[in-house]
Amino acid sequence: MARIALSSALAPYTDGVLELELEVANVRQLFQALGERYPELRQHLEAGIAVAIDNEIYQDALLQPIARDSEVILISKIAGG
Amino acid sequence: MSTMLKYEKKELKIVGTRPLRPDGVDKVTGRARFGADYNLPGQLIGKVLRSPHAHARIVSIDTSAALALPGVKAVVTRDDFAEMPDEMAAVGELMINFRDVTRNMMAREKVLYDGHPLAAVAATSESVARAALALIKVEYEVLPHVIDVVEAMKPGAPLLNENQYTQGVKPKPDRPSNVAKRLEYGRGDVAAGFKEADVIVEREFNTKPVHQGYIEPQACLASYSADGQAELWTSTQGHFVFRAQCAKVLQMDVSKIRVTPTEIGGGFGGKNNIYNEALAIALSRKSNRPVKMVMTREEVFRGTGPTPGANVKVKIGCTRDGKITAAEAELNFQAGAFPGSPVNQASMCAFTRYDLANVRVVGNDVTVNRPKVAAYRAPGAPIAVFGVESVIDEMAKKLGFDPIEFRLKNAAREGTQTYYGPKLGPIGYVQTLEAARAHPHYSAPLGPNQGRGIATGFWFNIGNETTCSLNLQEDGSLTLVLGTIDVAGGSRASMAMMVAEELGIEFERVRPIVGDTSTLGFNFLTAGSRSTFASGMACVIAARQVIEKLRQRVAKIREVPLEAVAWKDGHARPADAKVAQFAPMSLAEIARMAGKTGGTIAGHAEINAQGAGPGFGTHIVDVEVDRQTGSVKILRYTVVQDVGKAIHPAYVEGQMQGGAAQGIGWALNEEYVYGDDGVLQNPGFLDYRVPVASDLPRIDTVIVEVPNPNHPYGVRGCGEVPIIAPMAAIANAIENAVGLRLCEQPFSPPRVLKALDDAAAAKG
Amino acid sequence: MARNHVSATVNGDQVEFLCETGQTLLEALRDELRLTGTKEGCGTGDCGACSVIVDGRLVCSCLMLAVEAEGKSIETVEGMATGETLHPLQRKFIEHAALQCGICTPGILIAARSLLERNPDPTESEVRYWLAGNLCRCTGYHKIIDAVLDAAREMRGD
Repeated sequence: MARIALSSALAPYTDGVLELELEVANVRQLFQALGERYPELRQHLEAGIAVAIDNEIYQDALLQPIARDSEVILISKIAGG
Repeated sequence: MSTMLKYEKKELKIVGTRPLRPDGVDKVTGRARFGADYNLPGQLIGKVLRSPHAHARIVSIDTSAALALPGVKAVVTRDDFAEMPDEMAAVGELMINFRDVTRNMMAREKVLYDGHPLAAVAATSESVARAALALIKVEYEVLPHVIDVVEAMKPGAPLLNENQYTQGVKPKPDRPSNVAKRLEYGRGDVAAGFKEADVIVEREFNTKPVHQGYIEPQACLASYSADGQAELWTSTQGHFVFRAQCAKVLQMDVSKIRVTPTEIGGGFGGKNNIYNEALAIALSRKSNRPVKMVMTREEVFRGTGPTPGANVKVKIGCTRDGKITAAEAELNFQAGAFPGSPVNQASMCAFTRYDLANVRVVGNDVTVNRPKVAAYRAPGAPIAVFGVESVIDEMAKKLGFDPIEFRLKNAAREGTQTYYGPKLGPIGYVQTLEAARAHPHYSAPLGPNQGRGIATGFWFNIGNETTCSLNLQEDGSLTLVLGTIDVAGGSRASMAMMVAEELGIEFERVRPIVGDTSTLGFNFLTAGSRSTFASGMACVIAARQVIEKLRQRVAKIREVPLEAVAWKDGHARPADAKVAQFAPMSLAEIARMAGKTGGTIAGHAEINAQGAGPGFGTHIVDVEVDRQTGSVKILRYTVVQDVGKAIHPAYVEGQMQGGAAQGIGWALNEEYVYGDDGVLQNPGFLDYRVPVASDLPRIDTVIVEVPNPNHPYGVRGCGEVPIIAPMAAIANAIENAVGLRLCEQPFSPPRVLKALDDAAAAKG
Repeated sequence: MARNHVSATVNGDQVEFLCETGQTLLEALRDELRLTGTKEGCGTGDCGACSVIVDGRLVCSCLMLAVEAEGKSIETVEGMATGETLHPLQRKFIEHAALQCGICTPGILIAARSLLERNPDPTESEVRYWLAGNLCRCTGYHKIIDAVLDAAREMRGD
C-alpha cells in the first residue's frame, strides 16, 4: 500500500483527513480513488494538484507509477510568471 | 514516450560559454517584428470601450450609432460571446474558470473595474475607431465599490459576485463574500512553538499592486477566413495557451486557429492570458477583414493584470541562541475583479528557506474592484517574502546575530521537510548565503545615513509540456524548431548551445526558431522559469535521437554493425578499431547522402518535463537615505543565485540583474494610485515610476551552480528568483541606515520622509 | 477627414506620405512609411522607445506631429548600420548581451549614438543620466552601460 499524505491546505476538502493508505499503481488511479472517497476534493485534483512521489515532484503526470511502498504527497500545482 | 534525462557531469565545450545570440542583429537593426509591427492588406483597426466606473451594473449598451458611422465595419459586445459556466475547464493542461475569462475579456452583467472592456469596434482607421467608441451609448447603474483588501474582507463590503461563497471554509458559509478562497498550511504546533520562544517579533505589512511594466503594450492581428479558419499574430508568452483560450471563448476548434507568436517586448507573466485576441478574431469574423488591436499604455495599466496588492501579517518566535521555534503568517491578497491571486504559491514559499518544525500560513484570495491580477515573476513570492525576510532581519538584530549567520543557523538544506508537503532535494541555499558572506560587498565600509540589508528568495520552478523538432538540413546544418517562446533572447541561443554540445558541432550550425502552433504539439507558456530546463531537456532528447539515427545510418552506409559506430565531435567514428574500421563521416557528409539512403534525419521530443529544481538567491544591497527628501538611493547591489547550471552565463546574469531591478522598482517607487472613486490615477510611465538608468548602480552577480539532478546539464530555472528578495533587502538596508522599520511599500520619498518625521517627533 | 501631404528625408532617402493632422511622427513612420523599427511604448514621451533624430536633435517621435516633419531630416534605427556593417553600438550591444527582449533597444541605440556624437568620452554617470529617458524593463541597465562605454572606447580608437 502506498502511503498518501495530503498538504495541510487540502484538509477542508477531506474532512481533515491528511494521511491514508491506498492500493494504487499510478497517479491517475490515485486521483480516481481519492475523488471517489472525497467528492469535494475532485475538482481540486483536476484543477491544480501536483504529487510528490518519494520527494520528486510531478505535475500533470497521470501515468507516473506509484510503487508499493512509495510515499506520496499531494500539493498544489505551481505556475509561474 | 521520451524519458527524463538525469544529470551527467562532463567536460563541456559550448555550454557555459557566451556565443552571440542568433536573433541579435534583427533586434539591433529594427528588423525584428514585435506584436504591433505586423500588418495585413485591408486591415481594420480595433479599439475597446472601457468602463469609467469601478463597479456598475450594465443596464444597456446601444451600438447603433457606432455601427452607422462610415468606416466602422464591425462592433462586438457581450452578446457576441457565449455564456460560459462557472467551473474549471481544461485548456491544454491548464484548468481555468471560463466564466471569469469571458467576463474579463468583455463584461456581461457588471463592470467590475475602471478599464473593464464592454464593447469593441473595428474601423478603417484609428481615428474612426475612436470616434465610434464615443458613439456607443452605455447606461450604467453605478454601484458602491471596494478596492482595499482588508475592507473587501469585512462583512457588509460591496460584493463583486453575489454567488461567490468562500471556498476552503467548513461549514460552507451561508453568506456570499469577496473572499473567494481561504487556505491554510500547517506543520507541528505553533502555539507550543511560540511558548518555547524567548523572543517574538510580529509585524503587519501592506503592499500595493505593481505592474509587470513590459515596455511593449499588448498587440495582436487577427485574420478570420470565411471557411472558419483564423490566423492570429500576437505578442504572447504562450501561443498554444492563447490558441486554447481563444478556441474556448469563441467556441471554435483548436485546429482552426493558427497562432504565430511575434517577438515579445517583455511579459514577465503579464502576457500569459488573452485580452484582445478573441475580440480581434470576433471582429475579423464579423467584418471579414483582418483586425489589428494594439493597446495604449493607459489601457495596459487600466485593463491588464498587475500583481496583487496585499495585507500581510508575520509572526516569528525564536530562542535566545537563534533557533526559530515558530513561524506564522496571514496573507490577504487582492485578486482583482475575479478570483485567482497567487496567494497559494505565496503561502507555500513564504517560509520555505528555513527548517521549521512549527509553521502556520493562512491565505485569503479576495476579489476587489481592480483589474484581474496576472502573474508577475514568481507570483506572490516577493510580497510574502517582504514580510518574512523583514521580520527575520528584525529578529536577528534583536538577538544580536549577523543577518547571514542567523539565516544559516535556520537554513533549509537537502532533506529539509517543507511545510507544504515534500522534502527538498539538493539545493543551493546555504551556498548562496556563504557566497554572499564571502563577497567583498558584505564587508565594505558604509558612511553616514548608509545602510546594508540582505534578504533571500526561493522559487519552485516548473517543467511542463514541451515539444521540439530538430531537422538535419542537406548541408549538415540543423534547424531546431522550438515551442517555448523566447522572451529574453537567451533561450534560442541556449537551446542551440545544448544541441551543438550534444552533437559536437559548432554553435552556428544550429539554427533555432520558435515555430507557430501548427508546427509542433502543445507547449506550455514561457513562465515558471521553465524554458531552459524543460525546452532544454526536450532539445537534448531530440539531439540524442538524431545521434542514434545518425549511427544507424552510418552503420548501413559503411556496412558495419551499429555497435561499431560511435558519435564524437560531430563525426561518426569507429567505436573500437578491433571491432570494425571505417572512414569517419562528418555530419555534412551524412546529410548530403541522407536523402538517397533512406530520407532526412530528424529528432523530436514531446515531453512533460518533471523534476524542475528549486532556486534560491541571496541579495545584498547598500542604500543611502536622504533625510531632507526621504529619497532612498541604491548605492550597491549584489545578486547571488543558484541556477544549477548557467548554459549561457551572460543571459543568466541578465535575468539576475533584470529581476533585481524590477524588485528595486517595486520597493522604491512603483504603486497603483486610486482615487476615492476607484479610478486609476497614474496609468502612465510618468507617474507610475519604474527604475531608470540613473536610479541604479551596477548590479553585481555571483552564479552558484548546484546541479539539478533531473536535467542532463543540471539546469534549474533562473528567471523568477531574483525578483523575490529586493523589497525585503532594501527595507532591511533602510532600517540599518536610519533605524526605520518600513512596512508599507513602496518606500517612496513622501513615505520615508513621513516615517523619519514621525520617528523624530516620537523621540523629541 | 482630409489628409496632409508631407515631404521629408528619412535615413537619407527622400520620402512622401499622407497623414491626418492629429497623427504623430511615430505613427507616420510606422504606419505610413512602414518603418517599424521605432517602437511605441507609452505614447506620452515617458519611455523613449520612440526616440529618433530630427535635424540632428534627439526627439520622442510620439511627441511630435507628423506634419511637423515637413522638410526635416529624420534618422531612425533602420539607418544606423551601413549596408551590412553594423554601427559599433549595435555590435557592442549584441556582444555585451545588452538587450534581452529588445523592444527598448532601437530607442536606446539612437539615444546612445546621439550622446556619443556630443560627448565621445562620457563617464558612467553621464551615460546613465543621458539614457534616463529610455526605459528598459529587462536588463537593469547594467549591460547597456557596459556596451555604450565599450562602443565609445572603440569609436575613440582607444
